[in-house]
Amino acid sequence: MNFQTPLARARGLGSARQGSHDWWQQRVTAVALVPLSLWLAIHLSKLPAMTYVEVLQWVSLPWNTILLLSFIFLSLYHAMLGLQVVIEDYVHNDWMKIIGMLGVRLVTAFLALSTAFSVLRIVFVESHG
Amino acid sequence: MADFNLPENSKVKPGKVWAAPVGAKRVKRIEVYRYDPESGENPRLDVFHIDLDRCAPMVLDALLLIKNEIDPTLAFRRSCREGVCGSCSMNIDGHNTLACTKAMEDCSEVIRIYPLPHLPVVKDLVPDMTHFYAQYASIKPWIVTQTPPPADRERLQSKEERSKLDGLVECILCASCSTSCPSYWWNGDRYLGPAVLLQSYRWIADSRDETTGERLDELEDPFKLYRCHTIMNCTDTCPKGLNPAKAIAEIKKLLVERQK
Repeated sequence: MNFQTPLARARGLGSARQGSHDWWQQRVTAVALVPLSLWLAIHLSKLPAMTYVEVLQWVSLPWNTILLLSFIFLSLYHAMLGLQVVIEDYVHNDWMKIIGMLGVRLVTAFLALSTAFSVLRIVFVESHG
Repeated sequence: MADFNLPENSKVKPGKVWAAPVGAKRVKRIEVYRYDPESGENPRLDVFHIDLDRCAPMVLDALLLIKNEIDPTLAFRRSCREGVCGSCSMNIDGHNTLACTKAMEDCSEVIRIYPLPHLPVVKDLVPDMTHFYAQYASIKPWIVTQTPPPADRERLQSKEERSKLDGLVECILCASCSTSCPSYWWNGDRYLGPAVLLQSYRWIADSRDETTGERLDELEDPFKLYRCHTIMNCTDTCPKGLNPAKAIAEIKKLLVERQK
């Protein structure tokens, strides 16, 4: 039996006093990704016409390296925030929620590190090879 | 996980069909969701045929005609019949609205009437609003002040200050918006929903209230507030033409603003 009053149930555990930061970051990264995605799409469309060495050189140009790394970190951070929202929305089982949240963070962090490493390897190793 | 299918005992079966009255010239077919928890049976969809020449123009008039002359066991809430009390909110033609202000003329060929979505059903078109009202009570929908009122007059408010409450005080708490919101369907136990958030903003925006910060504190929560994903069903369905989505956006703006 549950003798809690409806008001006690509605109040629950009270306010977490957070959420604004994630919400704002999701908007900021979304806005930043508009020009970055356009820039990347334009350059990716040119890839088929380029040789392997030309692509390595393109990645190694300072501006391109910086923008590529920005795209990697912003898009994966944005993806992490978005997936977190999906889990909060639809996963109501406590254990699955914890595993999902941790999984999303670990997977996006791993992807961010490995893709950033790939870019840096091209810049500092491959293009000099 | 969220349930996307109705449980077996909630699936709606075909119900009784009541024929058109003899001699009726303009017949309207109305299908109404029926559920009686005491019968132990599944919900059903009863079909009524009413004579439009003997019925006033609104959907509520048709429901009253059905209850008075065809099937007195039909249960629904109604009171003011002029869109002020919010009692007769229900899902008509796939849209949450007030039966009393929805003209049958503006409905489709067959009018289908269901209770407000995703609330427990007490009987037929009567949903259980307990949690919705408790959520409303939880935001303290009254003025909170520390300063005592002036000894010789009421608490004053300029015309500009009062104008900030336009579009908020008109809300009649019919719950059409909250029960049209998918976020409220999946997380209604914790998400406050558009109606309660609009009411909360009504007190945040009130120049006479002295607890704006505390009210924002209470709302700053991933579930209470941030389940709103600007789907806009609330604004689309509001029978009073209000904009709960905008009120929620204003709350989010204030929460960002106070950190700057």
